[in-house]
Amino acid sequence: MDYEGVLVIGEQRGGRVHSVTFELLARGRALADKLGVKLSCVILGHGLQQYAQEIVQRGADTAYVIDDPALEWFLPRTYCNAVVELIEEAKPEVVLAAATTTGRTLMPLVAARLMTGLTADCTGLDIDEKERLLLQTRPAIGGNVMATIKTPVARPQMATVRPKSARPLPADPGRRGEVVVKAYKREAASSASEKMLEFVADATQEVSVQDAEVIVAGGKGLKTRDGFKLVEDLARELGAAVGATRDVVDLGWIGYSHQIGLSGKTVSPKLYVAIGISGTIQHLAGMQTAETIVAINRDKDAQIFKVADFGIVGDLFQVVPEIIEKLQRAKAHKAL
Amino acid sequence: MHIVVLMKQVPGTSNVKMDENTGTMIRTEHENVMNPLDENALEAALEIRRLRDDVSVVGVSMGPPPAKRVLEEAIAMGADSGVLLSDRGFSGSDTLATAIPLARAAQVICGGRIGPDDLVLCGERATDGETGQVGPMVSSFLGVPVATYVRSIHVGDGYVDVERVVEDGFERLRLSLPAVLTVVKDINQPGFPTLDGKIAARSVKIPVLTLKDLGLSPDHTGLHGSPTRVVRVFRPKFSRDTVLYTQDNSGTATDNLLKFLDSRGLR
Repeated sequence: MDYEGVLVIGEQRGGRVHSVTFELLARGRALADKLGVKLSCVILGHGLQQYAQEIVQRGADTAYVIDDPALEWFLPRTYCNAVVELIEEAKPEVVLAAATTTGRTLMPLVAARLMTGLTADCTGLDIDEKERLLLQTRPAIGGNVMATIKTPVARPQMATVRPKSARPLPADPGRRGEVVVKAYKREAASSASEKMLEFVADATQEVSVQDAEVIVAGGKGLKTRDGFKLVEDLARELGAAVGATRDVVDLGWIGYSHQIGLSGKTVSPKLYVAIGISGTIQHLAGMQTAETIVAINRDKDAQIFKVADFGIVGDLFQVVPEIIEKLQRAKAHKAL
Repeated sequence: MHIVVLMKQVPGTSNVKMDENTGTMIRTEHENVMNPLDENALEAALEIRRLRDDVSVVGVSMGPPPAKRVLEEAIAMGADSGVLLSDRGFSGSDTLATAIPLARAAQVICGGRIGPDDLVLCGERATDGETGQVGPMVSSFLGVPVATYVRSIHVGDGYVDVERVVEDGFERLRLSLPAVLTVVKDINQPGFPTLDGKIAARSVKIPVLTLKDLGLSPDHTGLHGSPTRVVRVFRPKFSRDTVLYTQDNSGTATDNLLKFLDSRGLR
C-alpha cells in the first residue's frame, strides 16, 4: 500500500489534550485538503476518550486514541513504539507533531526507527502540488534566513511545528468523523528501561507569554535594564505580558521565558507592541503571526516596520511615556 | 565507565554568511567554536568523573579536519581523549545521517559495544541548526533510553536519575544504563581550559575515523544517507500595509496610535 493521508500527533499533559493539538489539526487540515486526502490525529495517554469528539470537530477525519496507563506520562521509547506501530499500520504520507519538549524528543526517535526525514521547528508548511511533496519551512542559520526542506523519497515526510505558529480551527459540532480506540501493545521485556519517578509542577514559571492576548516586547533600543522598565510600564498599562528579544535576554535584563523568536517562543497574540526592536529574521519568525503589530523605533528603515500595521518613528524614550500618559488620562477620564 | 561527549563545531557568531545558491553555510575556520551546550555536556561528564575513579571522558566530533580543534579544546578542559570522524563521505549529512556515524563511533569507543556502565552526553541543541534531533536519534541507533532537556544528573549503579525541564515544570526520570542525555544550560557552569589540560591537548594525537573505519557504507551517511533536502533558502518577505507616523512635539503620532488601537478594539 502506498503512503497516503496526513497524521497529526496530538499532545496531552496531565490527562488533558493540549491546545497545540488543535493548532496542528488546523495545519494538517490545510495540507490534507491540498492533497485531497484524509486527516487523522492520534492522542496517547490514559482516559482521554472524551477528547476524541473535539479532535474531530477541530478538523480530523479519524481520531485515534491509544489508551493505556503506561502512556499517562511521556516516556520517549514507550511513546515511540506506539507511534511507530500506528504509522506502520496507517501509512500516512505526512506526520506532524508539535515542536515542544515532547514532540522534539519523540519525533527524532520515530524518524530514526523509520529511517525517514524530520524537519524541526517548522513555521511554514505547504504542499508542492506538482510533486505532492511536503514543503517544510523553518528559520535557519541562527534565524538569519529561512530554509525550505523536503523529503523526496523516504516516507512519511515528518515535521515538528512551532506552537502558536498557527491558529486552531473553531470547533464545528456538525463535523463527523471516526473514533478508533486502540490498545497499546507492550514491548517484549527488555533490559532498557525508562521510568517517571515524579513530576514537579513549577509554580515559579511566570505566566507564559505564549498564551497572552497582548504582548509588549522590548529590544536593545531600551539601552539599559533601567530603560527596559518602560516596556514593563506600558505592558502593565495595557494588561499585557512582557516579551523580549534574544539580545535583551542575553544581556540579562529579563529571563529566558520571555524570549520571543526562533531561539525563544513563537507567539500569536491579538496585539504585539515592539519597542526598540530592529526586527531580525530570527525575531520576526517568532511574532509575525500576531493579528496586529505596532512598532516604535528611531530608525525608519528598521525591518520591524515592514511587518507592522502601525509604526511610530521616533525616540522611544519620548514616545512610550507619552503613550502611557495618554492611556492613563483616558482611563481616569472614563472613571469620571 | 566511558562517558562519550558528542560535540559540534559551530560558527562563533550568529552572523554567519551563507551561499544562497546551495543553501549551505560558508564556514570560515577561525571563527568556529565548540557548541556552547556541548561545553555544558562536557562539564557534566567531568563532574561525574570527579565522583568516581573509573571514568574515561571521550569527546567525539564529526566534521572536516579542522574540527579537531574542538576536541583539543575539550582535552584542554579536562577530557581524557578525543576522536574525530572525518571523511568526504560525511559531508552534506542531515540529522539522521549524522546520528548514524556518531552512534557507531560511541560503540567503537566503548570497546565495540556500549555497555551497562556507559553514558553518552551532548547539548540539547546546537546554536547553528537548533534542531535538537541528533541526540535522540543517536539513542535510537544505540537502542538505549534517552532523556532530553536534562538539568541534573545522578549516576547510580546501572541507572541514571535525571531532572528533565519541560514547559510547566520538571520531571524526575530514572533510565537504565547505558543511556543518552541531552543537557540544557542550567545544568552547570562550564569550566575553563587548565594548564595541565592545555599541555595534554598539545601532545595528544586525535585519532581520525573514516567511513570505512566505522564499517559504514556511503549509503548510510552524507548526502546519500540523508532523507531530507534543502530546496530553497531565502530571506522572507513580510509585508503589511503599514501606517507610519514620525514623532514630533505635536502628539499627533501617539494620538493616532490610540485611535488605531480603538478602531481595532484593542484597548
